[in-house]
Amino acid sequence: MLEIILFYIAASIALIATVLAMTRANAIHALIYLIVSLLAVAVIFFLIGAPFAAALEIVIYAGAIMVLFVFVIMMLNLGEEGDARERGLLQPKIWAGPTLLSLMLFAELLYMISTIEGPVSMQVVTAKDVGLALFGPYVLAVEIAAMLLLAGLVGSYHLGRRYLEREV
Amino acid sequence: MDGLNIPLNHILLVSTLLFSIGLLGLMIRRNIIFILMSLEVMLNAAALAFVAAGAHWGQPDGQIVFMLILSVAAAEVAVGLGLVLQVQRRFKTLDMDSADRMRG
Repeated sequence: MLEIILFYIAASIALIATVLAMTRANAIHALIYLIVSLLAVAVIFFLIGAPFAAALEIVIYAGAIMVLFVFVIMMLNLGEEGDARERGLLQPKIWAGPTLLSLMLFAELLYMISTIEGPVSMQVVTAKDVGLALFGPYVLAVEIAAMLLLAGLVGSYHLGRRYLEREV
Repeated sequence: MDGLNIPLNHILLVSTLLFSIGLLGLMIRRNIIFILMSLEVMLNAAALAFVAAGAHWGQPDGQIVFMLILSVAAAEVAVGLGLVLQVQRRFKTLDMDSADRMRG
């Protein structure tokens, strides 16, 4: 029943980090808490037997989408005010919270690795099952997702290009 | 047929709470960046419910819907952040209440 305890720890970390993210005044601080929340959700995915979803959660959500947010906050160009804020970021009270929550997740990960059998649930849905279903009965959904991503690409290029042209 | 040792109810409860926090954040924040973050939280909570249900019956369908939600989130963030840049350039602020007219 150890995975139930691990699940409750990860779920509380996810909830606490999300509440803290929604109540921060500074966008970058909120972003750091949001990343911790996504990592905790990835741990939950792993615990319920969906390792492929856990990997995607970290690579795409915590990696790619959050980096997009960071880039845009960077492009908004905060100036000297931003420099003062940057110095403030090095204060321990800013990074202590996210670090503590991440360290708890890291301890959980170390525990799961050290017990080789793994406290993972009995029935694991592997990447192979997902791939077979994705390109079997769900191939139409893949096509629709591809069209959606193309539309997103064209739309964001259009919006961003006009931003760059008029700025110069 | 339960492939899960963690009760499904509890995972769905966590998912509901995450969704509620996201919805609350969407309603109380007026900064457009925070609005986009709240949308991410809500999409992520929905994805958690799908994956939990898929794991409960041991089927890959939940994870496939998770991947579709992932692509929706990626497209939404790309377009939304383009709009953030436009709003910032046009109104010199990130407050969404300043952009409530159609022909600003």
